Amino acid sequence: MSELKVPTMAEMMASGKQPDVLFWVGCAGSFDDRAKKITRAFVKILNKAGINFAVLGTEESCTGDPAKRAGNEFLFQMQAMGNIQILNAYEIKSIVTTCPHCFNTLKNEYPELGGDYEVKHHSQFLQELINEGKLTVEGGSFKGKKITFHDPCYLGRANDVYEAPRVLIEKLDAELVEMKRCKSKGLCCGAGGAQMFKEAEKGGKEINVERTEEAMEVKPDIIATGCPFCMTMMTDGVKIKEKETEVKVYDLAEMIAEANDL
Amino acid sequence: MNISIIAFAVLILVSIGLFAKNAKTIIRNINLGKDLDRNDNKGGRFKLMLKVAMGQSKMQARPIVGILHFVVYAGFVIINIEVLEIVLDGLLGTHRLFSPLGSLYNFLISTFEILAFLVLVACVIFLIRRNVIRIKRFLSPEMEGWPKTDANLILIVEVLLMSAFLLMNVADAQLQVFGSEHYPQVGSFVISGMFDGVFSGFSESGLIVFERSLWWFHIVGIFAFLNYLPYSKHFHILLAFPNVFYSKLTPKGQLPNMAAVKKEVEIMFDPNADPYAAPPETVGEPERFGAKDVQDLNWKQLMDAYTCTECGRCTDVCPANITGKDLSPRKILMDTRDRLEEVGKGIDKNGKDYDDGKSLLGDYIKEEELLACTSCNACTEACPVNNDPLSVIVDLRQYLIMEESKAPAGWTGMLTNIENNGAPWQFAQADRLNWKDEE
Repeated sequence: MSELKVPTMAEMMASGKQPDVLFWVGCAGSFDDRAKKITRAFVKILNKAGINFAVLGTEESCTGDPAKRAGNEFLFQMQAMGNIQILNAYEIKSIVTTCPHCFNTLKNEYPELGGDYEVKHHSQFLQELINEGKLTVEGGSFKGKKITFHDPCYLGRANDVYEAPRVLIEKLDAELVEMKRCKSKGLCCGAGGAQMFKEAEKGGKEINVERTEEAMEVKPDIIATGCPFCMTMMTDGVKIKEKETEVKVYDLAEMIAEANDL
Repeated sequence: MNISIIAFAVLILVSIGLFAKNAKTIIRNINLGKDLDRNDNKGGRFKLMLKVAMGQSKMQARPIVGILHFVVYAGFVIINIEVLEIVLDGLLGTHRLFSPLGSLYNFLISTFEILAFLVLVACVIFLIRRNVIRIKRFLSPEMEGWPKTDANLILIVEVLLMSAFLLMNVADAQLQVFGSEHYPQVGSFVISGMFDGVFSGFSESGLIVFERSLWWFHIVGIFAFLNYLPYSKHFHILLAFPNVFYSKLTPKGQLPNMAAVKKEVEIMFDPNADPYAAPPETVGEPERFGAKDVQDLNWKQLMDAYTCTECGRCTDVCPANITGKDLSPRKILMDTRDRLEEVGKGIDKNGKDYDDGKSLLGDYIKEEELLACTSCNACTEACPVNNDPLSVIVDLRQYLIMEESKAPAGWTGMLTNIENNGAPWQFAQADRLNWKDEE
């Protein structure tokens, strides 16, 4: 079974240790079956690179992002304050997360409420590991594959992170092909603003279908993304278009892990 | 001559006075919004204004229209130097007051003529785009009626003003040939010079009447246009600058934390707080959570609404709108402005506490529109004047959820789950680490 080493903060504290970085798993990464694979892939990389990290485990709770975007500021701040109390009690300084929504909220909205941390998205973190020589990536099975990157709104436009994901794809010796609407002009997958948790409003088309069709236009082997919600939307989109045999949807962490035979 | 000087002076005073009055009303309306501090980082804000408002950097995302728009804008600003001469001529009873500048004068007027010609061409292209090519984003439902007429009026007036300016110079050149009194020998200019001689068949007196009519048409037109601005989307030529200066500088994804909520939550988390203490005294009326009407928005959001020039770049990139949902970020800001105008007029008529029983949410913007937003920030990224329609959507959502407890079924479940088990889905918090042992 599991060979993953996943120390919790509680265990760290009990043995008088402090991690260099906290891995914020997020709700999707903890509970969504597809997103859990991303979580495990990222941990495999952390283990391989020998990173001194920990998770909050059962002490982690929703950052409050969907509540805030839906308009429930009260619930958001309750969640935020609760999380900040725990993070501050553990004297967390640095956080990495595989979810751009958690990333945005922790990085931008927590400081004013008393939670000031250095927060990175896993694409930035992985790029740093490679730059520092702690992680080497060879193309492996992705060599020469046509990969298009779907920019998550909360990573791209919301926080201007466009390069790190693309650098990772290039490290895989893959051919990066851009969709017509990419980077700051990237089209949303349809999940943001708490849309993930409700039926879409009435309209002519689902947003994820629109985006998937756009991705199909560049005839990719793989649609890559860096967000568990984009993952759900794009995977569903590919299924609706009945292309799941030709086109795979992967998170950046999964590709890096697989290229390293992890 | 004296009568025309007096008439001219009256024209200037009346138009500037009227404009000042209408501008004051708009400033008053903007100040109906709630406080917001945007005075930090003045240097950075100034630079941003130079880049985005003056340099029109975001317009260049669509290069052809971007360049045409820049031509119209630069032409408009630079040709105003010529208007200075025209105004002084009008007040002093002179003609071509600056002509003693000699060859510099010819250079300047020729430059203005080239610009006027380019502005004219650009405006004709813009009219074609709107009315012949019928570009999709100009045909949305919110553009029907006045907004469409407004856009065409602006373009037609600019075409007429530029034509009058050029034609006036053609007539002037012929009058110089006639050796008319009051028309200094400045020679012909680069564009109007191409039409030298077309008026040679006119009588001198007839041509003087024609030239004077164009001169008056041009300058009255300019003052009329100035006074049209406060009633038009074209007001963006003024508000774009302060609007960009006061834009949001924090990352696009960052939503502000509500201060009123923060106070309450802090008390709940304070172990030393007395649970039986009387609630903290609030000064004045208790604050409403979120926004129901325009006065619940902040002044910057209201300035956004007045700055919006209805170009529709926001709506054009909105994923909800693209897929046929009932949301147009442009409409959100147009509604905000229309409602604010209505509130302002109500106040002018009936005093400042007047309540007409209507509100932005409900009477102008429907719930479905708000619920369709994915908060993706495509609209704020696309806006050439850094408007933030998303912030209005979020504030209205806050009112729906926090004051009216209105949420679609999915959200009710999501919110309950977060409250009960710290995740948007119904999974126990105790199971949060189970992924570690699954494969």
